[in-house]
Amino acid sequence: MGIFDRDLWNEVFSTLSKNMLRTVLTTLGVIFAIIILILLLGATTGMSNGFNKIFAGTASNSMFMWTQTTSMPYGGFERGRRIDFTLEDVDLIKRQVSEVDIIAPRIQSGSATVIREGKTSGSGVYGDYPSISLVSKKRIVEGRFLNQSDIDESKKVCVIGLDAYKLLFDKGENAIGKFIQVNGIYFMVVGVYKRNDNINFEGENAVFVPFTTFQKVFNTGNKIGWMAILIHPGKQVKVAENKIKTLMKEKYNVHPNDVRAFGSFDMSEVFTGISAFVMVLQGFSFFVGIFTLLAGVIAVSNILLITVKERTNEIGVRRALGATPKIIKRQIILESIVLTTFAGLIGFVISVAVLHFLDYKFGASEDFPFVNPTVSLLQITISFILMVTLSVLIGLIPANRAVKIKPIEALREE
Amino acid sequence: MIEIKNLHKSYHMGSNSLHVLKGINLSIKEGELVAIMGSSGSGKSTFLNILGMLDNLDEGEYILDEVPIKNLNETKAANYRNKFLGFIFQSFNLINYKTAWENVALPLYYQGVPRKERKERAIKHLESVGLGPWIEHLPSELSGGQKQRVAIARALAAEPKVMLADEPTGALDSTTSREVMDLVQKINDQGKTILVVTHEDDIAHMCKRIVHLKDGVIVEDSYVNQVRASEYVQ
Repeated sequence: MGIFDRDLWNEVFSTLSKNMLRTVLTTLGVIFAIIILILLLGATTGMSNGFNKIFAGTASNSMFMWTQTTSMPYGGFERGRRIDFTLEDVDLIKRQVSEVDIIAPRIQSGSATVIREGKTSGSGVYGDYPSISLVSKKRIVEGRFLNQSDIDESKKVCVIGLDAYKLLFDKGENAIGKFIQVNGIYFMVVGVYKRNDNINFEGENAVFVPFTTFQKVFNTGNKIGWMAILIHPGKQVKVAENKIKTLMKEKYNVHPNDVRAFGSFDMSEVFTGISAFVMVLQGFSFFVGIFTLLAGVIAVSNILLITVKERTNEIGVRRALGATPKIIKRQIILESIVLTTFAGLIGFVISVAVLHFLDYKFGASEDFPFVNPTVSLLQITISFILMVTLSVLIGLIPANRAVKIKPIEALREE
Repeated sequence: MIEIKNLHKSYHMGSNSLHVLKGINLSIKEGELVAIMGSSGSGKSTFLNILGMLDNLDEGEYILDEVPIKNLNETKAANYRNKFLGFIFQSFNLINYKTAWENVALPLYYQGVPRKERKERAIKHLESVGLGPWIEHLPSELSGGQKQRVAIARALAAEPKVMLADEPTGALDSTTSREVMDLVQKINDQGKTILVVTHEDDIAHMCKRIVHLKDGVIVEDSYVNQVRASEYVQ
């Protein structure tokens, strides 16, 4: 009589199915526990996905760096000196710092005037390389972003933000192929972008032109404003940041301890913070879920204990007819497992349906960070294994109680 | 078939000890139908429990079909009960959510008999006690006499060496009692050894031998002329 013996299962199922009300009541605790566990895990995943959506398009292993003024005198220079990065610095950093994958230098002008047919927009104007989109992708709603041939040929083209479009164009007017004036020079609009939900430096009221065109038109030479730097996957952004700063400090005669000379922003820190938050939330969900599950399984055990007491006579009869303690024990434990598993499955089905509904309700919403709340197969497997293990362990209590019943005492009880 | 030598049994309750069986010697041969009589407190139930391996003896010997019964753990006792003994109880002790045939098949299940054979054998035994049309009925759908006959079929199912009946007619009216005793006698006629614990004289006289217990010892042990229950059954 192995564990896969059909009769054994028949025995278990007939016992459970012939006491249907009891069976159903017993399973309620576990059903609710599983629902809570799965909903918590799903909600956490949904939130995590929501955050991911907000930051979609921004490379997590990236940083931004710009120059400020020195705060310490060094090497014969006074404090308060302003340094500008140049294109040479970009090449130097690329050569010297192995962690760096891509550098997209940018030059900007705060005082440019953007005019079209008498309308001004007051937009910021930026000279960019197309590789900027690898670090922080723009959502293009019309046309295209800058490309390499724009750079190579220093084309007078631009990509404008939605706000700039609204200020410069009439509603519904097609901007692509039209010209706008930046500091008196005509640029053809090739694309319109929409702001990402993520951290955004430029906003929507901005005009992007090819870096090389900016250089020539505004006569900025080799000077650059700031760099968006993409770090090789698996490398630490912090390490690269320190290396780059040390390199630049050496080059520009800045005091090694001067923290104010260069400004930087480490994107990975934001992501680490969020993923730590999500992880804590996940751990918390699991913790709460597990204990709820434990409570549910204990309820099963409790009911089984009561039913063992109720079935004292039956167990006594079975013992008198030749059931060994092992057989009795196995039957009670199997009842516990079957009850819990059955309840668990119902709980899974209900909670997955609820998650589906939540996704349908909130998933498409723009400002609510809650997308595709699912549970992974791993989470389900872990919960399931845990549930069955718990049910076996907890089932041991009523099983041992059942075995302790002496057949003679059980038969006397009427 | 059964050899009992100098059997003692006491129960301890706190500091009090109650000496229930005080040296019982009894020998029962195969095919006997023995009534064990005695007033309540005479120790007859304790005696039956020890015979049924539901309780352990303190002192003495118990040999069942040349197998010494001693130092049994629960598992071994369960296997011996299953192999050697068939039980009939006063209150029938059927499992109420199992049908008649499932109840009868239960000892066979614990013997590891395959399901199909189990059902066949259970039905055969139910038919032999005249319950052919009731095999799929639940105990709650049967009368007292029918229940006891299911219980007898169940006791027979495992083909035991000895059948132990504890007040088998205690819960039945006199007509049904005679029907049940008629069945017991017929089973005995086929050579089965049967022990019946009873306090009713007429039931005891339907057996072939009467053993009187009083205060834990056998006070009388005599063979009697068996009264056939069928003489009463119309």
